[in-house]
Amino acid sequence: MDRYTTATLRVNGQDLQVVFPTHHTLLEVLREECGLTGTKHGCELGECGTCTVLVDGEPVLSCLALTAEMEGRSIETVEGLQDGNELHPLQAAFADLGAAQCGYCTPGMLMTATALLAENDDPSADEIRTALAGNLCRCTGYHKIIEAVEWAAGVVRGDAGAGPAREVLFGSSVPGEGS
Amino acid sequence: MMRLPVFRLHQPESLSDAMALLASSDGETRLVAGGTDLWPNMKRRHQSADVVVSLNRVAELSGIRGEVGGEVRIGATTTLAAVAASPIVRAAYPALARAVESISSPAIRNMATLGGNLCLDTRCTYYNQTEEWRTSIDFCLKEGGTICWVAPQSPRCWAVSSSDAAPVLCALGARVRLLSPAGEREVSVADFYRDDGIDYLTKQPDEVLTEVVLPPSDGVQMSFWKLRRRGSIDFAVLTAAVAVRRDDDGVVSEAAVWLGAVASAPVRSEAAEAVLVGNALTPEVITEAATATRKVATPLDNTDFTLQWRSKMVVHYVEAALREVAGLERERLAPNHAM
Amino acid sequence: MTPPRPGQVIAPDQAPPDSAAGSTHEDDLRIVGTPFRRVDGWAKVTGQTRFADDMTFPRMIHMRLVRSTLPHAFIQSIDTSKAEEMAGVVGVLTGKDMPEPFGILPVSQDEHALCLEKVRFVGDPVVAVAALTEDQAADACSAVKIEYEPLTTISSVDEALETHEPLIHDYGDEGNLHKKISLQFGAVEDGFAEADEILEDVMFYEGSTHLPMEQHAAVAVPEGGGRITLYTSTQTPHYVHKVLAQVLGMPASRVRVIACSVGGGFGGKSDIFNHEIAVAKMALVTGRPVKICLNREEVFYCHRGRHPVLMHLRTGFTKDGAMVAQHLKTALDGGAYGSYGVASTYYTGALQTVTYGLPRYRFDSIRAFTNKPPCGPKRGHATVQPRFALEVHLDKAAQRLGIDPADLRLNNLLPPDSITANYLKVGSIGLGACIQAVVDGSGWRERFQSLPHGRGLGLACGSYLTGAGLPIHWNHLPQSAVQLKLDRTGTVAAYCGEAEIGQGSDSVLAACVAEVLGIGLDDVLLCVGDTGLTPVDLGSYSSRVTLMVGRAAIQAAERARDRLAEAVAEKLDVPADRLVFAESRVFDSGSPENGMPFAEAVQQAEEKFGALATTGSYAPPRAPGRYRGSGVGPSPTYSYSACVIEVEVDPETGLYRVEHVWIAHDIGRAINPVLTIGQVEGSVYMGLGEAMMEEQVFRRLPKSRSSALVHKVPSMLEYKSPTFHEMPPVTTYLIEDPDPEGPFGAKEVGQGPLLPVIPALANAIFDAVGVRIDQVPIGPHMIRKALEDKEAGGDGRYGPKSFPDIDFGVPLMVPTPDEGGDGRATNTEEAGVRKGSGTMTDGVRKGSKP
Ligand SMILES: Cc1cc2nc3c(=O)[nH]c(=O)nc-3n(C[C@H](O)[C@H](O)[C@H](O)COP(=O)(O)OP(=O)(O)OC[C@H]3O[C@@H](n4cnc5c(N)ncnc54)[C@H](O)[C@@H]3O)c2cc1C
Ligand code: SF4
Ligand code: FES
Ligand code: FES
Repeated sequence: MDRYTTATLRVNGQDLQVVFPTHHTLLEVLREECGLTGTKHGCELGECGTCTVLVDGEPVLSCLALTAEMEGRSIETVEGLQDGNELHPLQAAFADLGAAQCGYCTPGMLMTATALLAENDDPSADEIRTALAGNLCRCTGYHKIIEAVEWAAGVVRGDAGAGPAREVLFGSSVPGEGS
Repeated sequence: MMRLPVFRLHQPESLSDAMALLASSDGETRLVAGGTDLWPNMKRRHQSADVVVSLNRVAELSGIRGEVGGEVRIGATTTLAAVAASPIVRAAYPALARAVESISSPAIRNMATLGGNLCLDTRCTYYNQTEEWRTSIDFCLKEGGTICWVAPQSPRCWAVSSSDAAPVLCALGARVRLLSPAGEREVSVADFYRDDGIDYLTKQPDEVLTEVVLPPSDGVQMSFWKLRRRGSIDFAVLTAAVAVRRDDDGVVSEAAVWLGAVASAPVRSEAAEAVLVGNALTPEVITEAATATRKVATPLDNTDFTLQWRSKMVVHYVEAALREVAGLERERLAPNHAM
Repeated sequence: MTPPRPGQVIAPDQAPPDSAAGSTHEDDLRIVGTPFRRVDGWAKVTGQTRFADDMTFPRMIHMRLVRSTLPHAFIQSIDTSKAEEMAGVVGVLTGKDMPEPFGILPVSQDEHALCLEKVRFVGDPVVAVAALTEDQAADACSAVKIEYEPLTTISSVDEALETHEPLIHDYGDEGNLHKKISLQFGAVEDGFAEADEILEDVMFYEGSTHLPMEQHAAVAVPEGGGRITLYTSTQTPHYVHKVLAQVLGMPASRVRVIACSVGGGFGGKSDIFNHEIAVAKMALVTGRPVKICLNREEVFYCHRGRHPVLMHLRTGFTKDGAMVAQHLKTALDGGAYGSYGVASTYYTGALQTVTYGLPRYRFDSIRAFTNKPPCGPKRGHATVQPRFALEVHLDKAAQRLGIDPADLRLNNLLPPDSITANYLKVGSIGLGACIQAVVDGSGWRERFQSLPHGRGLGLACGSYLTGAGLPIHWNHLPQSAVQLKLDRTGTVAAYCGEAEIGQGSDSVLAACVAEVLGIGLDDVLLCVGDTGLTPVDLGSYSSRVTLMVGRAAIQAAERARDRLAEAVAEKLDVPADRLVFAESRVFDSGSPENGMPFAEAVQQAEEKFGALATTGSYAPPRAPGRYRGSGVGPSPTYSYSACVIEVEVDPETGLYRVEHVWIAHDIGRAINPVLTIGQVEGSVYMGLGEAMMEEQVFRRLPKSRSSALVHKVPSMLEYKSPTFHEMPPVTTYLIEDPDPEGPFGAKEVGQGPLLPVIPALANAIFDAVGVRIDQVPIGPHMIRKALEDKEAGGDGRYGPKSFPDIDFGVPLMVPTPDEGGDGRATNTEEAGVRKGSGTMTDGVRKGSKP
């Protein structure tokens, strides 16, 4: 009720006691009070998806979520994706395929994709597009992101044959040049 | 980084606590649900509040009750994602599901609520800008200025009603329940709005929208079409919501044709409805009905796209929605258009 | 299957395509040409990468800027007294604290860190306030009072041409024209006289901005010894360093600029910005680290994006489609400051000659000052607009002459190893193969002009620099340098001034070093983009990094290899030239078991020579042009691309959807194919954005009521950047024909593939519904208008009607190589041009050293 709020936030599976200005959004508190700068921002008005984190497993825009309302909810950020020092399959696939170019939209993309895979471990390209459509990326043209999510989904499913197609890695074979 | 101004926050856990807070609060008080409209507006400083009362902990405001074929009640703080995913809504009110599913982005729909959507502030490209920007052009009527930049000769504000759920709910004859410290009332969604960019709701500031009541939809065929630049994130610049009931011969007995995003409130086309009622949904009748909507829509230059082209699209979108209801194809447009 | 670990090759079993053959290195290459995880990939997916706004320091305070709310005005007074007293405020700066003018080009020193006596656009910064928190700084900014005396606002090129008073700047070629150019290469009128057909077009390309996802941010940290360090989101730390020293009045040796990982640049972070200087000054004044992070609207004010350009193109063709002469006129709306504008102006004409044979050519251009955020370089820097005009123009010519547009281009390709009419030396040209690939891939021969009404195919080509031949500050110094330090663990540290902006420059640097030394990518440690610790690289612009950094890295690595080889040869007692560096070992090619691990080789060499470090550097070859203006356009080598787009248009509404893009890019060699394809796809994306919807446009309020001129769409919501839904499938062909200038044969890929996309869409729309949209972005209302026009018996065209009547004076006459020219102009005096061959060196300010 005051200018400052004290709350226990459950972030990446750990309880953090934080004091923060009541009018600060989750974005601000994660970055500024919790030191979790992995969550990025591109507009702070809900228009780009860059700041996406998971709240109770669902993608939410941290720039429009009031931290004071987050008590008792489970928050996941990009910093919580790894398993020990092992990358999450989404992280590994994003890194390998260049689905992270500048990497700025990447945390938001990864979190949104994490929620998608939790619900559907064999999404079609269209389902991936629909799920990620609120996340803008200026670098990749989105294809490598879709391909990385497909690859990671395969790994999550335990599909031994999962992997990027040849044209994803090398481009399409030039017509008339064999192979 | 764009940040919120300082305010006091209350998080009541029951409607009665919320009512008590509203009754006792001093200073400018606003309600918040998903915050996807209020927070950006406050960050841009065109809305302000000393006190914000959050409805998110009021459990009784959330949830969908009822069943297909009967009356369905949707709690005001039910998220758009939950509305769109609800099997009841999808089966009984597919046009509502489509409208809600088209709103902004998946993450927004996880936060945004149906009540907030219906109360959404009207929008204008001269208004939904930062304070510095608005200072540069000088404040308009909607902010206590003396001029409307969109229609400088006009005494009123023409900011656009941008809720996608509103026109569908109007077409479906839905009602909203409003609770205030003074009591409770129910009004049709159509009467919930006023065609005025500033005073766009008939709701009082201390009234809480508690639920949306949808009448049974048996035998109603409906559709919702939306025009916007991109297939995600963007607000509509035009929506068409239609609902018809046809008798066994295929003759239309009841029709509702509503347009969104072309005025400060959802707009009904009685002329189009009149063309439809008593006729079968033939391509010719549909074209005639669609053409009849041209007169009611008065879009102005305060959204994306050119005004003239947007006006012309009204007919095409109404036609497309009606053709879908009639089971006729409309090849090259998508219901939720993206370029 | 678990995804591979960092730096591990993704697909060792997937051999590179056969088309990569032809290189002398081919058999030996282990890393180059194979998809590998980008070396900064791990940090980027874990949230560990630190962008500028992620930096924090003890005692750090936060700064915000008060920006002009008027488009053009004298500042009468600034009252910061109330702000200074507000809670938390630590420092306040105004223009007089940093009066030294600056600009990225020596000829356009027209900016101030904070406006001095005048503001020139809405968003021009006037006051800086720093406080303990950003909230406090913002509150204090609202308390600053500035009084202005408004001036007439200039909102367009036409208004600039008409308005002689007031002048936005007190310099420039004429009135409110910043720059005016007229160049003639060869007997152009004779060429037109020989032509069978003459085609004339007026086209318009709207401005657009980069919209990097990361908003600009910078942190300045005062250090002991009178030093200051600036961490910033920049593509060009070297230039930021120069300008910072200049404006702060500090020796460059006391200023250190560190380019943080950049969250998207696209040219938008290759200038030096007001906030970077002001934040540094604030740190010096307050003695505390100071951070500024712009909000999205402010990023639109930084701009330096695509110039709106009106173009008039007149070309003479022979019956078989060869160009015999061309006259191009361009008019650029430059915005309020010079920025890179002089270069941009030349670039709207420079590369018209490098794709198809063009024996005679005239180019006239102006750049006007207007009261809008300054334009500058965006992906494809000012060659994108004339490329759109040329490729649509060629489509019309093909139609007029009854030639297939693909054949018209294939038949008139510029031959490799040419010197063009404007004296650009072009080396390898893979354009023919590119056209062939997209023609075959798209089924062009069967489907062009044969699809049902509403569906169409369009083809276009493009070309781009692989690095500008001349640096911004003309000198003979290396443009890129790499230092290597080898240590006993076998780790090789590479130091280089390059800035990673997402394009993969770190990976190129590491790959070149690892490839030459036969070690793994994980064995290379990088220190980059730090003007204090790394040797100069000019920055990530003009697609120069892969070529120039790559060449410098290879040279440094080869020198290191030679040293190691000498020591190992002695130890193993085999001739040095028999030694192989591979798999982190050095061994005798004759008997591979006779060898040693790389780390041991380093120890051997250290024993022999002492501590080991080598350097490499690169400067491009000198170009043949000797006329004023010849400095813009030369490049070590040019990349080429061709594109076919398939579109579906709804004739009733004008709405359309891009169904498929086929694109082929002449890359020389793909150092990392998977990242290369990412660059192609990203270019296609950005090209489509510009072609379909992106525009940096302004609102002029009714003149009678307001003098306002504001950005119309200064937000992520209103500035339309395509989402996942708007991105069509893309088929990418990499055409690999190694170029002798490139590292391992590589040419650029970051910008070139954007160029053909925009005209290909316009051409496809014509094939679909038979109307010409001579303007981008192509809105559905334009297609409708053109269709209505056609139905009413018109020519079915939407676009600008005329080009303003401008007296360009006597052009600078340069006889072409065919005419026996030597690259010099023959009428320098008459054309009123000052002496000198560089364009950007003239008028260099005193004290601006290389
Ligand atoms: C980028 C972006 C794109 C968007 N696109 C669309 C779109 O395409 N279509 C669309 O319809 N909307 C769109 N929106 C707007 C908004 O997200 C939705 O309308 C959303 O449903 C608003 O709900 P909320 O719960 O977040 O509202 P809030 O922001 O919480 O509230 C909105 C207003 O309603 C009042 N309010 C909320 N709940 C109640 C209640 N129960 N009783 C009384 N008053 C109440 C609040 O006081 C406030 O004034 C978009 C928003 C953004 C940021
Ligand atoms: S319609 Fe007119 S009064 Fe209303 S917000 Fe827009 S400019 Fe202001
Ligand atoms: S920063 Fe939250 S949506 Fe853009
Ligand atoms: S990788 Fe740069 S914005 Fe997506």
